[in-house]
Amino acid sequence: MAMDRNQASLSQPDAEWRMATLLTAPSAAIGRGVFRWVRNLGAGSIFLLLALAMIFRPKQFHKIAQQIYYIGASSSLVILLVGLFTGMVLSLQSYHALVKFGAEGSLGTLVALSLIRELGPVLTAIMITARAGSAMTAEIGVQRISEQIDALGTMRIHPLKYLVSPRITASIISFPLLTGFFDLIGILGGYITGVMILGVNSGIYFHRVQASVELKDITDGFIKAIVFAVIVSTICCYQGYFAHMRTDSHGAKAVGRATTSAVVLSCVLILVADYMVTSLLI
Amino acid sequence: MDTPLIEFKDVTKRFGSRTVLERVNLQIYEGQVTTIIGLSGAGKSVLLKHIIGLVTPDEGTIFFRGKPLTEMKKSEMTANLAQMSYMFQDNALFDSMTVYENIALPLRETTNLGEAEIDRRVVARIEQTELVEASHKYPSELSGGMQKRAALARALVTDPQIVLFDEPTTGQDPVRKNAILSMIAEYQRKFGFTAILVSHEIPDVCFISNRILALYDRTVVFQGTPEELENFDHPFHHEIIHSLEGLREELTGLHSRRQFEVLYRNQLKQRALDDTYCVVVFTLETLDDIIAAFGHEAGQKAIQTMGAFIDKHFGAIGGFSTRLHINEFVAMLSDCDLAEAEAIMEDFTRDFQDHGIQDIWNGASKQTDSEQCVDFTVLGGLAQGWPNTEIGAVIDLARSQQKEV
Repeated sequence: MAMDRNQASLSQPDAEWRMATLLTAPSAAIGRGVFRWVRNLGAGSIFLLLALAMIFRPKQFHKIAQQIYYIGASSSLVILLVGLFTGMVLSLQSYHALVKFGAEGSLGTLVALSLIRELGPVLTAIMITARAGSAMTAEIGVQRISEQIDALGTMRIHPLKYLVSPRITASIISFPLLTGFFDLIGILGGYITGVMILGVNSGIYFHRVQASVELKDITDGFIKAIVFAVIVSTICCYQGYFAHMRTDSHGAKAVGRATTSAVVLSCVLILVADYMVTSLLI
Repeated sequence: MDTPLIEFKDVTKRFGSRTVLERVNLQIYEGQVTTIIGLSGAGKSVLLKHIIGLVTPDEGTIFFRGKPLTEMKKSEMTANLAQMSYMFQDNALFDSMTVYENIALPLRETTNLGEAEIDRRVVARIEQTELVEASHKYPSELSGGMQKRAALARALVTDPQIVLFDEPTTGQDPVRKNAILSMIAEYQRKFGFTAILVSHEIPDVCFISNRILALYDRTVVFQGTPEELENFDHPFHHEIIHSLEGLREELTGLHSRRQFEVLYRNQLKQRALDDTYCVVVFTLETLDDIIAAFGHEAGQKAIQTMGAFIDKHFGAIGGFSTRLHINEFVAMLSDCDLAEAEAIMEDFTRDFQDHGIQDIWNGASKQTDSEQCVDFTVLGGLAQGWPNTEIGAVIDLARSQQKEV
């Protein structure tokens, strides 16, 4: 009996401690998550700054050109298809809404402004994330786990200079160019649906496009594209570069998870950044 | 002795709660081949990565030419690293680049050499490492041995002063393994760099090493010459060396030196004091010429053939043999006097001239298209011993009696 009482008296604080842990567990998890997020944000910023500082080092031109070809030129077909159908469907939906108010003549304005201000930069960034961003993470991640990045270090080749800096630079150059391409193709897609299929006057369509689009709309779209380029390339390179530091997996699995994280995080941050940049520019 | 090139003082490294290196003290001297031996997972690669700065110690100090790394400026560190080259255990070749591009990479990225000069140097290394046909292939299209040689070529293309080799012979067959070690030894002699190897290929690495460091139970328990390691009385010697060495040498098929000693002692126990035995010492005198003419693999084939012929002639009549040095063999004939031994040696010489040289030529010509000839000299020496004579003295005597056979 005496022993039972002892056990009961010992287990009392233990039970209280367990209850307290249970109650504070969610806030502790949130706290850990916030700390991890802040730490990654800081590390990512330093990673970006170091990579940007190495853009103008010698022997970078060829590597940047190679990356522009891969991120930019090779993505043209995907951008063409997405841009064309985005413009076509936008035109189709808008026409049926505008026709109710007898304002189908404004179709060109609606298609052009929607594409140049919002859809062009956002959809281009998301498509490049899916096509080139995921490849960046996987490629750098594999190089990390197979010690190729360590090998660069032993050869006195700075891995950030060799692997990351050209990719970020090429993204900063390619994103606005592809955004411009997307906008043009999208307006053309709108023309195909609006003018060639639904019978809007061709002259009015192009007149509205020309009259409504200002230089500020185009520059704002390009600013967004550059911001997205920095976000996507930094996140994708960072996730691959530190794939070996993941605590949830190792080896090839870590590269797979890093790629998934890079794509999801990039897409979410593109939309968040879109709102923030729009708020600043508007 | 001179100031060590690299010195560890009480270096400790932990990964989480696991201590990999504990109070490691070691010295590595300039211009030598130093080999770090130990079992797999003993922390040899971690130790090597400390030297090149890929890993930093949790405790202790690493000195480079007498100066602690922690007190060096960044520019000094960079200059030190510029003298080093590292060959990774898993090669770490860039799989999206061809062999040629992999080897050219450090020259293209870290020097201002013109493309013609880069091409000259890369092609020279490709030829030296016998990779001409593979130069435009990707690493995934190569065998493990070829990948190893590509990594070796990349490590040497910048003419470094210090080269670190992490398990350079893993996954190779005996001939290739010894060819790579022989290549490292040759380049080390030719270019005078300091070679630091991590390996558990005993006894093969002992033939090319000036110094051996033994890593056991998280610390360095031995530093010295390969000869000193033979007499090292420590659990490391009994547990590790014996388990790594095996009973027979992989390349030649002859007994390991330890096994040779065991057999010799067993024979002695059964002998009366006036019983005699004979020792024959053979030296493949022109090994360097064979390597120069036909390559390292041909050289190793020659050693392998020598070993096979010695075993065939001396093993068949109850003798036993081992390899003393890279090109030196010793055979012991018990219950044998000098006249009998000379008759056996004459038999060996005839058979070797008739068939052995042809076998060596076949092995060499498989490795190269070269039609050139090379002088081929084998020395042999005989000496007689008694159970109360030191085997070392008998071997020395046989060596001093060597003549062309």
